[in-house]
Amino acid sequence: MNRMRNASDISRRHILQLAGTAALCGGLPIMTVRPAQSTPAMLASAIRDLVGEATVKVGKVKLEIPPLVENGNTVPMTVSVESPMTAEDHVKSIHVFNEKNPQPNIGNFHLGPRAGRAKVATRIRLADSQKVTAIAQLSDGSFWSGSVDVIVTLAACTEEVP
Amino acid sequence: MASALVNVPSKARRGTVIEIRTLMSHIMEPGYRRTAAGDLVPRDIITSFSCRFNGEEIFRADLFPAIAANPFLSFFTVATESGKFEFEWIGDNGFVANASAAIAVEA
Repeated sequence: MNRMRNASDISRRHILQLAGTAALCGGLPIMTVRPAQSTPAMLASAIRDLVGEATVKVGKVKLEIPPLVENGNTVPMTVSVESPMTAEDHVKSIHVFNEKNPQPNIGNFHLGPRAGRAKVATRIRLADSQKVTAIAQLSDGSFWSGSVDVIVTLAACTEEVP
Repeated sequence: MASALVNVPSKARRGTVIEIRTLMSHIMEPGYRRTAAGDLVPRDIITSFSCRFNGEEIFRADLFPAIAANPFLSFFTVATESGKFEFEWIGDNGFVANASAAIAVEA
């Protein structure tokens, strides 16, 4: 009897552990609570920290990420902004955000008229299928944004260290 | 040890837009992962990258844990004169790495 109860305890613990691992990896659709995940509200507040009360217009910013990503640990990303890049009219900075990683920020890139072309490429991590947004600040103080939806099969950021 | 790879054209015509590509070997541990024992692995990332040309900053990036390991960055600049690009990566735990590349600009 005793041994039987032990066995069931172990298996239950096992199942809980498995569920916990699954939750950490963010891989299974059954889990509803993720401990380390930013929310759309955190995204909104990160964007508000950047733009303040200014309105963000949609357009000018082109964000290129493959729509279907196999491995979220290294996702190629290119962001470009339509701009003549002159002293009077240029992109001051580009800020990239995400909805569902543990942190809403991905990177901030500061450029100037000397860049010649407002285009930056890097490789990012995505913890889940989500929307990625880039916001550009132009020299006239206006903000423009572009977004792209990405589907990720293998999540990054919160997986177990081998 | 940290090792950097920078790709800058060795020469360019004055006024052309050139691409600069950099790669820095770094684990970029995001600080959200746990070991099998459940311990949080502390964050260890590069937080800042900058590129100067003849002493003047032409590009700067703030990096977050969402940047993939061995951060790769590509950006553009106008070839104005011959000179030297200097690159600097700064990160957690006192990480600092530098690299440089020269360019010859023809009229």
